[in-house]
Amino acid sequence: MAVTTAPTGRPDIDLRTPPPQRGKKAALLAALVVGACFSSLPVLWMLSSSFKPNPEIFASPPRLVSETFSLDAYVAILTDTVKLRFFANSYIIALSVTVLTLTVSVLAAYAFSRYDFRGKKTINVVIISVQAVPPITLLIPYFGLVVALRLYNTYPGLILTYMVFTLPYAIIMMTGYFNTLPRELDEAVKVDGAGPMTALWRILVPISVPGLVSVGVYTFMIAWNEFLFALTLTRTEDMRTVPIGIQLLMGQHSYEWNEMMAMSILGCVPVLVLFLLFQRFFIGGMTAGAVKV
Amino acid sequence: MSTTLRPAAASRPAGEPPRGRAARRTPAHQIRRRLTPYGFLSPTGVLLIILMATPIIMVVWYSFMDGVITSDNPAFVGFDNYLEVLANPVFYTAVRNTFVFTGISVVAHFTIGLAFALMLNSPLLGDRTKGLFRALYVLPWLFTVAIVAVLWRLLLNPNGVVNYIFGSLGLTDGQTEWLANPSSALLAVTFINIWAGYPFFMISLLAGLQGIPRDLYEAARVDGAGAWQQFRNITIPQLRPIIISMALLDLIWTSQQFPLIWMTTGGGPINATEVLSTFTYKLAFTSYDFSLASAAAVIVLLLSMVLAFFYVRHQKGRD
Repeated sequence: MAVTTAPTGRPDIDLRTPPPQRGKKAALLAALVVGACFSSLPVLWMLSSSFKPNPEIFASPPRLVSETFSLDAYVAILTDTVKLRFFANSYIIALSVTVLTLTVSVLAAYAFSRYDFRGKKTINVVIISVQAVPPITLLIPYFGLVVALRLYNTYPGLILTYMVFTLPYAIIMMTGYFNTLPRELDEAVKVDGAGPMTALWRILVPISVPGLVSVGVYTFMIAWNEFLFALTLTRTEDMRTVPIGIQLLMGQHSYEWNEMMAMSILGCVPVLVLFLLFQRFFIGGMTAGAVKV
Repeated sequence: MSTTLRPAAASRPAGEPPRGRAARRTPAHQIRRRLTPYGFLSPTGVLLIILMATPIIMVVWYSFMDGVITSDNPAFVGFDNYLEVLANPVFYTAVRNTFVFTGISVVAHFTIGLAFALMLNSPLLGDRTKGLFRALYVLPWLFTVAIVAVLWRLLLNPNGVVNYIFGSLGLTDGQTEWLANPSSALLAVTFINIWAGYPFFMISLLAGLQGIPRDLYEAARVDGAGAWQQFRNITIPQLRPIIISMALLDLIWTSQQFPLIWMTTGGGPINATEVLSTFTYKLAFTSYDFSLASAAAVIVLLLSMVLAFFYVRHQKGRD
């Protein structure tokens, strides 16, 4: 039955469905539409508000499509060098965190997946429990450390501290991925006299692209979205990231709601693109990591 | 999982000499092989020492001192900071709010996540329909908390669209200050958190549902089990490990939520939405009392470690 409805893709009632099923299906679709309103109407409102001139944001009655459709809010954001800098900072930091996390986690995952060693269980427990340490607890000593190491208000300060969130998850997910690959692959190279590094980088890493992609996307998202450390460990406007930039917009002069919504739309673009491109890897990898450690 | 983790050497029967080139293994080789995994783990180890062990020791040390970070020679004061935090009535407000916020959020995330996952997994739907609704249902999860916060401040504004809808339905007078009224603020931020967080549950439960063998349901149907019985006796028990994992992770993360509250209410009005993380943050970065904040941070850490203990035990039990 799924096959008969799939090609049209229309959420209509299939006449070949037996009558009692048809009633059920109509009820199910009604429930799905109600759920979709809950999840998506707020997002639709954000999109629509970003195209309104600011005085019309609270027009009563509310209109989804304003009569004076305008791109002014987007122009205002994209021509403001201060705000463009927020985006540049977020990209630089998130990409650096992703590259570093992938490198370090691949090495650690290789050890967990391919070797048995003393202390393995303990280290494993430490890595799982590190995920539960509250960011607010780390923030106060980080503030002291980052200032002492002269990393306050710098990229390395944020990149380094973000790894505490990304690394444990990445190691767990990568270990899970390596465990699915037959060990004969890398053992074969080693019998030919190559070292474990060769086995890892020449054999395992090239065939682990799906795993690397899902870990990478997840890592990028964590770094792109981080708020608390970015708020506290940077000070000047030229070091702020997108989430902090959105908050700064909220504090400034009068509320430029349309600009905040436009910036929010622009701020979710990279995550949306990554999600659409890698949806399958992403959901699979995420659940693998979260669900079976 | 444990089966794949066995070392290659262990798969060879004991006493049998190793074959091939590996035969020229000397004690030096064996030592190197034994040290190799630690080599691979060393970058992680260094990072965890810098980013985890050191800060935790520092924060515990700070919590027993007075005037850390702000003063040049902090004095040891024992448990004074803890006593001062525990004597502060706002601390108890924050504990209560954290429990309400977290408890309602996790239950709602689970309920909505499961309901949506069950609907999306229905055999009555075509693949395209499923894909469309799944994309719509995942949407809230793709927005960073900062975006979620400004969006809902717009929606819940006294002149906003939520008030317009409620007002025209006659449910309210249409001027409710959802986030600025002490009686509604906590429920409002909890609602926002529910909206933002259920997709994480939904995706995992959906993956879990797809992993349940179909013949279990067929066997149950043959035995005459109805939909409810199948749900109670097959679906829920099969999903139980995922549900427990997700619930514990969600408890840990929600109880640590900071940005959402910081950007919607800032803990106000009059502490109505103050949670442990905003309480601690304000001690440090509004009052600049890093010693008191450290004591509060250690208390938060201990509470989280209780949850972490159950999470680790659960994860290990599943291996």
